[in-house]
Amino acid sequence: MKNIYLDHAATTPLDSRVLKAMTPYFTQHFGNPSSVHSFGQNAAAGLERARAIMAQYLHCQPSEVVFTSCGSESDNLALRGAALTTRQERGANHLLISPIEHPAILRTAQQLQDLFGFELEFLPVDKYGRVTPAEVAKRIRPETAVVSVMYANNEVGTLNPIAKIGEICREASVLFHTDAVQAVAHLPANVQKLNVALLSIGAHKFYGPKGVGALYVRDGTTLIPSQAGGAQEFGLRAGTENVPYLVGMAEAFRLVQIEHSQRSTASKKLRDRIIARVLEEIPHAKLTGHPSQRLPNHASFALKNVDGNLLVAMLDARGFACSSGSACKTGNPKPSGVLTALGYSPEWTKGGLRVTVGKDTTSDDVEAFLDTLPDVVALAREM
Amino acid sequence: MADKRTVVVAMSGGVDSSVAAALLKERGERVIGVMLRLWSESEGDSRNRCCTVDALSQARYIAGELDIPFYAIDAKDIFHEVVVKSFIDDYAQGLTPNPCLVCNRHIKWGFMYERARALGGDFMATGHYARLRKKNAVEVELLKGLDAQKDQSYFLHVLNQEMLQHTLFPLGEYTKAEVRGMARDFNLPVAKRPDSQDLCFVGDGDYREFLRRHAPQVENPGPILSVRGEKLGSHLGLAFYTIGQRKGLGVFAPRPLYVIAKDLAQNALIVGEQEELRQSQLTVRDINWISGATPQQPFRAEVKIRYKANAVWGMVTPEEQNQARVKLEKPLHDITPGQAAVFYDGEICLGGGTITK
Repeated sequence: MKNIYLDHAATTPLDSRVLKAMTPYFTQHFGNPSSVHSFGQNAAAGLERARAIMAQYLHCQPSEVVFTSCGSESDNLALRGAALTTRQERGANHLLISPIEHPAILRTAQQLQDLFGFELEFLPVDKYGRVTPAEVAKRIRPETAVVSVMYANNEVGTLNPIAKIGEICREASVLFHTDAVQAVAHLPANVQKLNVALLSIGAHKFYGPKGVGALYVRDGTTLIPSQAGGAQEFGLRAGTENVPYLVGMAEAFRLVQIEHSQRSTASKKLRDRIIARVLEEIPHAKLTGHPSQRLPNHASFALKNVDGNLLVAMLDARGFACSSGSACKTGNPKPSGVLTALGYSPEWTKGGLRVTVGKDTTSDDVEAFLDTLPDVVALAREM
Repeated sequence: MADKRTVVVAMSGGVDSSVAAALLKERGERVIGVMLRLWSESEGDSRNRCCTVDALSQARYIAGELDIPFYAIDAKDIFHEVVVKSFIDDYAQGLTPNPCLVCNRHIKWGFMYERARALGGDFMATGHYARLRKKNAVEVELLKGLDAQKDQSYFLHVLNQEMLQHTLFPLGEYTKAEVRGMARDFNLPVAKRPDSQDLCFVGDGDYREFLRRHAPQVENPGPILSVRGEKLGSHLGLAFYTIGQRKGLGVFAPRPLYVIAKDLAQNALIVGEQEELRQSQLTVRDINWISGATPQQPFRAEVKIRYKANAVWGMVTPEEQNQARVKLEKPLHDITPGQAAVFYDGEICLGGGTITK
């Protein structure tokens, strides 16, 4: 039995073209980019070429691209780094974030509140998980240090009006960060159009390797380093650069930015087919997140009185890999915080199901999944 | 390949369930590993001593080595509802419960069996030391494990035919030493872990402290009385004492005194000398007969009144409503209401129930 992978929001396989770009940097160009000799120079060339490629598709300067170890590190560096410097520079002590951010933002914000004395305020979200620009305008204050709103939500797929929120922040001279880890796998990542000062990326969501990410830092934005030490990454992140992975991320980013519109068209068709059949064939199922303002590959549902964790195990035993917002592989499910924040009652919040297709998902894969799902949900409801 | 059976194995990360999974895999079964997450007092992340995060990673690692799928299944709510609450209730009623039996019947089988079926399992397997033998085309008998030291049929007497017919005990034919040897032969990365614990949900393993925390009403002092009704002292609450207990009574007497009964009506702890503890009659309720049929005649059987006790011969007289009277051929001094009495015909486990008195 061939297992069908429908969990591309969790991670994606490495694109073979990316692997090909990376390989020489493991063996041939293995040098330390900080070294003076030719080995170091070759590695440094790969590193800076990678930075230039990232900058090209982000529409920024290479000096505005900081390499990190993952999207979470980018989020940490952005939020903690910006909050602490901004307070130092102008005494700003207020953080404004969405309540359904990725834990990398939520926990960092919590830490800034608990350990560093920041005032943490959550923006309201509508039933789709969207932050409205008007609410940002209402709550932003001169003493706001950073506003952070994710571009696309990982659990329910909803897109936020980042450009408009960015505009408001820019007018108020407040730093605006967006966690774009999910979004840049599918959407243009033009930081100029998005009006952001800081933007987080993780490579493995777009067919790049795990363990590498980037943070766009608008020129003139000072941050506290995420890791102190050597002068790598403009002094913001010490440690010898992971050159093969950075090269891989740049190639994967180049490919996704070139191919995203054609990938999205294909994904959207599958996504809409999944949404239509689930809502039609499964009783007591609701689409979570926005019906149209959502990631093109992302279908997510709340299923009443279903243990999402068990459902995902049952689906896997039948050859289909998806995920549940409330599920974790330790079998210690808590009601989904995101669904709770969106106003779902307890009989719905344990029954999250997320189905995310990828560039290689076929219509046959999706139909086979949809043919199986209703019976499995019915069985899970008997438990 | 199409008629390959699917077996869902309850895994704990320990040597027994790991070898059970490996044996099934070697036999060519399609194997799925499962671990239940059970309730524990340490809220938040489950610290149940049988299914810690540590045990979970170990089980997941072993499943990976065996190349079988593995899932953790949440059973916290039902475990608390069924096992922990009845544990507390039983103590409040003067009994000394055995929560493993409740767990086996309702959680490991019952809850988990249903989920094993939902995962596509034809059978469920565990690392218990017990055997199953076909009696005819459909029915099975439950037999003691071949390793007399490890035999766990006592804990399995609560299972019914439907459950047993869909259960496999791959370790029943082996001794613990052989299982350890197989773990080495299979190259299983079995870390040194203590065997699964009784009272896995009690944070520090001290049931008295657990009761104080979760059932403060059991802290209900009353008199300690002799069998003749003389007041000899006072107790802290009946739940804190066990039948046969000698130490910690705080009563001075010329000869050692033992707890021989609990009088709920008077909230009195009855103590007496060792001979007064001896009993040869007991009544048993909620009996599960493995065969599914209540025996029509009184019969002679070996009776085990606790897991580690030696079996003694007795006459079992079945009664209405799954009860029985038992007359032992030799009196015992540790017959404890709340524990199970399990009946054996040689190596065959016939069934058993809860001792009422």
